[in-house]
Amino acid sequence: MLTHSRTRGFARQVGTIAVTLVGLLILTFVIGRLMPADPVRAIVGEEATQDTYMQVYQELGLDRPLPVQFLMYLRDVVTGDFGTSIRTGQPVIHDIAAVMPATLELATLAILIGATLGITMGVIAAVKKDRWPDQLIRVISLAGHSMPIFWTGMIALLIFYAWLGWVGGGGRIDDYFIGLVPEVTHFILIDAALAGEWEVFWSALNHMILPASLLGYSSSAYITRMTRSFMLDQINQEYVTTARVKGLSVRQTIWRHAFLNIRVQLVTIVALAYGALLEGAVLIETVFSWPGFGQYLTSNLMIGDMNAVMTCVLLVGVIFIALNLLSDVLYRVFDPRTR
Amino acid sequence: MQTETLKKGRTMTVPGLAPLGRILRFLMRQPTSAFGLGVIGLLIFGAVFAPWLATHDPYAQDLANTLAPPGGGHWFGTDELGRDIWSRLVWGTRITLTIIALVTVVVGPIGLAVGTIAGYYGGKVDTVMMRITDIFLSFPSLILSLAFVAALGPSLSNAIIAIALTSWPPIARLARAETLTFRAEDYVSAARLQGASDARIILKSIVPMCLPSVLIRLTLNMATVILTAAGLGFLGLGAQPPLPEWGAMIATGRRYMIDSWWLVTFPGIAILCVSLAFNLVGDGLRDALDPKQMNRR
Amino acid sequence: MDTILDIQNLSVAYRGSPAPAVRGASFTLGRERLGIVGESGSGKSTLGRALLKLLPTADITADRMQFREVDLLATPEKRMLGIRGKRISMILQDPKFSLNPIRRVGDQVAEAWRVHVKCSKAEAREKALAMLRSVAIRDVERVYDLYPHQVSGGMGQRIMIAMMLLTEPELVIADEPTSALDVTVRMQVLSILDGLVRDRGIGLIVISHDLNLVRNFCDRVLIMYAGRVVESLKASELDKAQHPYTRGLLAAQPRIGGPRRPLPVLQRRPEWAEEVRA
Repeated sequence: MLTHSRTRGFARQVGTIAVTLVGLLILTFVIGRLMPADPVRAIVGEEATQDTYMQVYQELGLDRPLPVQFLMYLRDVVTGDFGTSIRTGQPVIHDIAAVMPATLELATLAILIGATLGITMGVIAAVKKDRWPDQLIRVISLAGHSMPIFWTGMIALLIFYAWLGWVGGGGRIDDYFIGLVPEVTHFILIDAALAGEWEVFWSALNHMILPASLLGYSSSAYITRMTRSFMLDQINQEYVTTARVKGLSVRQTIWRHAFLNIRVQLVTIVALAYGALLEGAVLIETVFSWPGFGQYLTSNLMIGDMNAVMTCVLLVGVIFIALNLLSDVLYRVFDPRTR
Repeated sequence: MQTETLKKGRTMTVPGLAPLGRILRFLMRQPTSAFGLGVIGLLIFGAVFAPWLATHDPYAQDLANTLAPPGGGHWFGTDELGRDIWSRLVWGTRITLTIIALVTVVVGPIGLAVGTIAGYYGGKVDTVMMRITDIFLSFPSLILSLAFVAALGPSLSNAIIAIALTSWPPIARLARAETLTFRAEDYVSAARLQGASDARIILKSIVPMCLPSVLIRLTLNMATVILTAAGLGFLGLGAQPPLPEWGAMIATGRRYMIDSWWLVTFPGIAILCVSLAFNLVGDGLRDALDPKQMNRR
Repeated sequence: MDTILDIQNLSVAYRGSPAPAVRGASFTLGRERLGIVGESGSGKSTLGRALLKLLPTADITADRMQFREVDLLATPEKRMLGIRGKRISMILQDPKFSLNPIRRVGDQVAEAWRVHVKCSKAEAREKALAMLRSVAIRDVERVYDLYPHQVSGGMGQRIMIAMMLLTEPELVIADEPTSALDVTVRMQVLSILDGLVRDRGIGLIVISHDLNLVRNFCDRVLIMYAGRVVESLKASELDKAQHPYTRGLLAAQPRIGGPRRPLPVLQRRPEWAEEVRA
């Protein structure tokens, strides 16, 4: 009986995801059709004859009705054909695969910073509710949520790079280190560590720490707020009293008992915050000349590279769905009641 | 007043429009949200009195006096074309307010319509509409706005449309949730028994009840809207030069940042202040609407 | 008599609340079972928690709060950590809420030992298993690894008892230990608690609203009303109670074979909250 309802729940979830995916595809398709750039002109060039133009026009199926065009798009996507980037002449999927590790590395370090900061601040705020640490944390986290990250990035560069010289500037690494370590994972920190090139490692970290901290700080606002409210729910539970009766200190009670109970919810929150980080990454990559997904997306937006933009948008949607799904799965793994 | 009597007997998560003064007083009592209200007040003041507050014409170039540091003649210095930054900031408040107002005007009705119709009819209508909402929600709003602006062409009005297109789903969700609680209320049944049409019931009985919480939710969203608009401006996809939009000002100032810090610093502080102000007020509103908090203080 | 606890004129006031929850309570406790009875809101649970100094939002004042050689009132939080769970412990009402839902019950029991005694995980586990056996749990190895939602209420409360008696405390406070349980398992849980308390010579305070339970189970009874101890008497002499509130409580109890007329409504007079008759 239980397995039966579980299978059905699973089936419904798969159905929901499928519908959402189709919706995403429709949305990206519409965006692609609305784009002012002329895909034919981009392929054939400015000097092409009317005949060549019409030939390519028909090859692309642009003469067909829109629903047919959508089905053709669907077919291409299912077969893994996302088209060719007009700017680079490469298959879009190649381009994205090349820039994605840089963004993932930045976002991962950022979420580590953001989650550590946010969870710590959230727990402290909950324990010290309505006293000065709570108020201070409220202002700190709201400020992080309110800052225009592209601007904070510039100011931080100005202070810590241009004036103080504490950190590296734009890019992933100092120029003279480029190509020094073999690319295994495409995560420079890991690659450098694997190769034992610690100088490269420090250079990369030096470049990454500023954008990652800023991204982490801005995402910590949400994590802080949620952690605080989850924690407040737990603090008033009877089992917390039990732990105190046993002789545990407040700190032990919080971390060994209450915290375990919000772990599951936190995983969900952190997964969602990770998705939202991608948004900040688009802006911060521009400021820090970070050769990642965000910069790829924005530079293609400017020139109206349709295939690239559609695929980028689709990818972000898929990542969001995947993160939602992941947090669902983790929920089940972590919580004994759902096993 | 009539809605007040109707509401009696059930715990309200959101009070009607009547206790708005009480909420305002509550906000003023806390230093953080009072600060937020103050900044929003200044923003409106600046927009209304921009011609008198500005010391220079925001578009007047003075090529003999470019990149002048802050000082007597130009309080916040001048930009790369010798335009007065203070005056541009002041005129920029009008753009910020325009964005806020237009997004609200577009998003409120769309969100309300989708949410109340989905909630009122339920069943398949509800499923389809909420599925569409979820699809929009599964994107981070900035990336979707970016794509929309790229499709529609970069301009201030397109940026506003794009932001509106991406920020209605949370409102729809909220309006639907509210509608579900009101749908079963006696006065809705009464209206139906009297033969009122569905459209009439939704417009006259349900929408007014959802309005307060939707308005509050819109306020909470404003910080995000401002940041997204500034981000679009910064990427060159929002307001176009020479408009004194703060995000675009930062974008052009970026090139001169190392030597002329004032070009990016002041517009950034302006964005930060306004977005922080809305966040602080939003945070205060959340407290104000939490009945436990309200009684305690 | 061998005094475990000596409380004189104890008052507890929650911050921000106009009236104190406990006012001028005085009593002593030897190696005996003391019942504290009162209706909800009478301050009996607050009194229990005040003895453990587990009320972060309340101010506690007293002329005397002596536990053995320890002056509880003057003991700083750091030393209270060594007393709570080791020398004084408390059994809470409902195992559904008082056990941490996502930790194995056995680990929770063993933790009570590990907080106070330096030992290996395996030793603590053995200790916990033995204690679980002594609260009449069969198949303890299996039960040890269960989560709270997988055990019944009666079993959960026995686990709670095991957890709180593991360190052989000198005083146990049981706050409504059986009110969340099915009537059928109440007696079983009570007799297990009774047996353990007797064997080990532990002082016991049972906080309850159930006059019959306290009458049968305790040696002495305190009656609380509106934060005050209005009467203190031997359980066997409960029928000779003087105070009108106690008499009211007794009269409001239905009795099998008693006269079939409506039970009298309990009287509550504000002046009872003012006088002291302890």
